[in-house]
Amino acid sequence: MKTTLLPRLAFGLLVGLILIYLMLPVLIIVPMSFSSTRFLTFPPPALSLRWYQEYFGNPNWMQGTRMSLMLGVLTVLIATPLGTAAAYAISNAQNRLMRSLHMVLMLPLIVPIIIVAIGIFFVYAKLGLIQTLTGLVLANVMLGLPYVITSVVAGLQSFDKTQEMVARSLGMNRLRAFLTVTLPQIKASVFAGAVFAFISAIDETIIALFVSGGQYQTLTKRMFTALRDEIDPTIASISTLLTAASFLLVLLAMSGQKKEA
Amino acid sequence: MSTSTIDPSLRHQRREQALMTLLAAPAVLVIAALVVIPVGWLAAQSIYDNGFTLEHYRRIFTEEVYWRSFALTFRIALMVTLLTLLLGYPVAYAAAHAKRPWNVLILACVMLPFWTSVLVRAYAWLVLLQRTGVANQLLERFGLITEPLAMVHNELGTVIATVHILLPFMVLPLYSTMQKIPRELMLAGASLGGGPLYSFRRIFLPLSLPGVVAGLTLVFVLTLGFYITPELLGGGRTIMISMVVSRNVELYNQWGAASAVGVVLLICVLAIFAAVGRIIPLDKMLGQK
Repeated sequence: MKTTLLPRLAFGLLVGLILIYLMLPVLIIVPMSFSSTRFLTFPPPALSLRWYQEYFGNPNWMQGTRMSLMLGVLTVLIATPLGTAAAYAISNAQNRLMRSLHMVLMLPLIVPIIIVAIGIFFVYAKLGLIQTLTGLVLANVMLGLPYVITSVVAGLQSFDKTQEMVARSLGMNRLRAFLTVTLPQIKASVFAGAVFAFISAIDETIIALFVSGGQYQTLTKRMFTALRDEIDPTIASISTLLTAASFLLVLLAMSGQKKEA
Repeated sequence: MSTSTIDPSLRHQRREQALMTLLAAPAVLVIAALVVIPVGWLAAQSIYDNGFTLEHYRRIFTEEVYWRSFALTFRIALMVTLLTLLLGYPVAYAAAHAKRPWNVLILACVMLPFWTSVLVRAYAWLVLLQRTGVANQLLERFGLITEPLAMVHNELGTVIATVHILLPFMVLPLYSTMQKIPRELMLAGASLGGGPLYSFRRIFLPLSLPGVVAGLTLVFVLTLGFYITPELLGGGRTIMISMVVSRNVELYNQWGAASAVGVVLLICVLAIFAAVGRIIPLDKMLGQK
């Protein structure tokens, strides 16, 4: 296609501006977190690690962080096997029942989270699960399942199922055939699903607002409450750390997936 | 496949089916216990208050607070959806056509904010858009304004941040559709004498429509349920539906009202998905994240 230089340049400029808009929050948060003042001037007058000290020195932030990390790990440990089993079932049985079950399993992505949150709040109140770790983990397993399932179903699609059949015809039982033949070949997809479930659990705010509290407050709940009251620059340091962590995790998950393909 | 009699293979099939159902059961149970039952309970609560009643629904349609909030939410959703399409289409087009390493760079710029916490991004916009924020400082320095603009704690701030948060949900389906459009078609169009704009309009644009529909649906539906962003950037004046739901629970302890509003919101969302699902398979749309 022959296009003249000028429109192409204009188009490139337009795309560049939109990309800057996309990156702006990340680009602003990082320098802010190293600012020496409480006032949100940009660029910061001097650099300091003050807000990082504030974060690491504050027992409330540390409690929230420990809680969120524990929540993420427990969520992954439960959601990954459950989601992988469901994904295996979905891609092996293509009947109508399984297709509608697949739809049911995607519900957490469809139903607005605020509705789920107050529904869970109500049910937990009846069951005494408010402000408990069990309640939070269960809710985050529910939110993480669609990510694991989507990722593993995609992985199983590119896997040649006859390999598992061969292993079974050679005398392996189904579980062993799955663990030794199938799983090693889809492990990157399982890993990617686990990472997404982990990030989703760390990021989750709305359900935590309703059902977490006391000693089981998540980091995001503390951040949200702090933001509603005033703009505390400590949040910039937490945000920088969170962004860096999720960026590294996604890179890890994607590099694994690429190797598989 | 097999030459054996029908009976054993049928039994095998049944066993296979039972095993698969068993494997999916734990996940399905979790979803049932934490989505279906809670939401079902809300639905029941919305029509039962010491007896069957439609009072809560009647109030949604008659009391101004409620229908104003619904109108506001749909207006914001419409604005956000159109803006994301306007901004997302060129980006997706560039990502689908640029050569390495530019396409990787473009996709990285889309994906990095995508995996950044919504709270973090809301905070960043709060900082950027406030009266003494970077946006106002820049505008003033370039002499575009003399007084700081009120860009946050209102509808504008909500829209700016929401568009930012949902832009990747528009770009990704667009990109995956555009990537599959064969380049030869555009070349053929050009060789038959069509100008680049004509070929774009008659060939590329129609072929990218499935991605457009998927992106529009996702962004619109997600905006309808947005909570954190309007709560933090709306300044207490931009009350979207999800905030009405949470306020009825947190502040007023009005479970019936909260449930009814939630049910109406859910019906809107499901109706949109059902309507669009007739054109594009739902799992394809949801596979984006």
